[in-house]
Amino acid sequence: MQSLSNRAKQVEKKPMTLAERAYLPAIFQGLSITMRHFFMKKPTIRYPEEQRPFSPVFRGLHVLKRDEQGRERCTACGLCAVACPAEAITMVAGERKKGEENLYREEKYAISYEINMLRCIFCGLCEEACPKAAVYLQADKMAPPRFERDEFIYGKNRLVEPVSPDDRSKRGIQLTEEQAQQLRTKMDAQLA
Amino acid sequence: MLELPALGWQSIVIFVVFALSLLIATYCTYAERVIAAFLQDRVGPDRAGPYGLAQPLADAVKMFTKEEFFPSGANTALFIFGPCLAMITALMSSAVIPFGNVLEFGSNYFFLQGIEVNIGLLWVFGVVSLGVYGIMIGGWASNNKFSLLGAIRAASQNISYELAMGLSLIAVLMISGTLSLRDITLQQSVAGEWHFWNIVKQPLGFIIFLVCAFAETNRTPFDLPECETELVGGYHTEYSSMKLGLYLFSEYVNIFVASAVMSVLYFGGFNFPFQYELRDWLVSNQDWTLAGAQNLITILGTVLLFGKIFGFIFFFMWVRWTLPRFRYDQLMRLGWTILIPLSIFNILLTGGLITFGII
Repeated sequence: MQSLSNRAKQVEKKPMTLAERAYLPAIFQGLSITMRHFFMKKPTIRYPEEQRPFSPVFRGLHVLKRDEQGRERCTACGLCAVACPAEAITMVAGERKKGEENLYREEKYAISYEINMLRCIFCGLCEEACPKAAVYLQADKMAPPRFERDEFIYGKNRLVEPVSPDDRSKRGIQLTEEQAQQLRTKMDAQLA
Repeated sequence: MLELPALGWQSIVIFVVFALSLLIATYCTYAERVIAAFLQDRVGPDRAGPYGLAQPLADAVKMFTKEEFFPSGANTALFIFGPCLAMITALMSSAVIPFGNVLEFGSNYFFLQGIEVNIGLLWVFGVVSLGVYGIMIGGWASNNKFSLLGAIRAASQNISYELAMGLSLIAVLMISGTLSLRDITLQQSVAGEWHFWNIVKQPLGFIIFLVCAFAETNRTPFDLPECETELVGGYHTEYSSMKLGLYLFSEYVNIFVASAVMSVLYFGGFNFPFQYELRDWLVSNQDWTLAGAQNLITILGTVLLFGKIFGFIFFFMWVRWTLPRFRYDQLMRLGWTILIPLSIFNILLTGGLITFGII
């Protein structure tokens, strides 16, 4: 019968030849194969020391962007929260007061903006929904593991981009309210 | 040699050899894992210390802190005695192996060997064949079907392969005419002749001996006593903590001893090519004293002997991670219908060659 794939091999049960029965040639063949693998390059990546680069389209930890003058772009319109299929985003909107123009770009801003990283599925729909180009998923940063569930709820202190490019290295460091206030006053002094 | 200082020296040598066997066995566990990993395109343990070199320490700590488990219905005394016996017999056999030639200081001669006896080879094989009792007793005392099956397999396998091993050795003894391992080594030191290592005279005998050594040390492809797929863990199924550690350890000590015996019997022991030429050259051209040059080649020879031993240990591991396990009937057929007739043929061949003065 013709086989469908033409790859089928007819199995023959011949009695073994003397060389086959002596085992040794086959054993040396096997040994040479494993020795070849001994000198091969290992595909292992020793994780903490070596890290594979993320894909450029990787969707990692969120960031709330500032504009070029250092003001928060987010206006707390809530479109991201609506777009979010996992309902991970909550926010409270507030009105900008007089004298806060250097902090918030629009008259309305987010007093609190929280993303629950345990709910988030990193789909990026919030990024697409945002009309103010405020929320982005970073391509080089993941939400790190934590011991407590409430530590996975990222507030503005951990989401908003650091105030100035000089403070970029502080990105990801959780600022206390005091430290944030200090940064704001420093920023004010610079703008004045 | 029998004065008190000599006796003290022997004690030192035995102690050093004892410590070395343990150290080598410790690092064999590490080497086994790294070699296995490399043969399988992995990198092996590299977390504990630089290159993972502290891994054996971590393993030992793990072993010592595990629960000491005694199965119900086990014979407690024998259960403890089994691994002890396995370890003792593994360590005892290295006492007669000549690890080096002679060191000369003034009028004192120091032999790099525990005990020089004229029955060295018999001692090694007597002690090695006792080694199976450790496995037998452990398997029997566990009160477990799998342990018992593993122990029975170990016993019958060791007895079967000891026959072929002994017969392949008879051919070596026919050439050397002595049972002393030092004499056998020194006979292989004739430089510049084509037949100065026994492997040249006894290639068939060496292959038989090598196969039997694998079976005697219970290594793959002959590791049926601990065959995981059929017998859970074989004779050490019920063992935990450092008692299991002793069994695993004694296996590596056995490998070390088997490698040493193979190096001594077939690969010239502490001899290396052109050693006497090197000594004479040092004496005549470099103004070395004869004693100094002799000491140098003794030390070089010891280092090279350990090189040969490590080579064999590597080979043991290389084979383990290449070949699958034999089936039990295949194992027995190989032992009884192939290796034993082959080794008898080897004896006849050697006898013929000696009679006609070829070797």
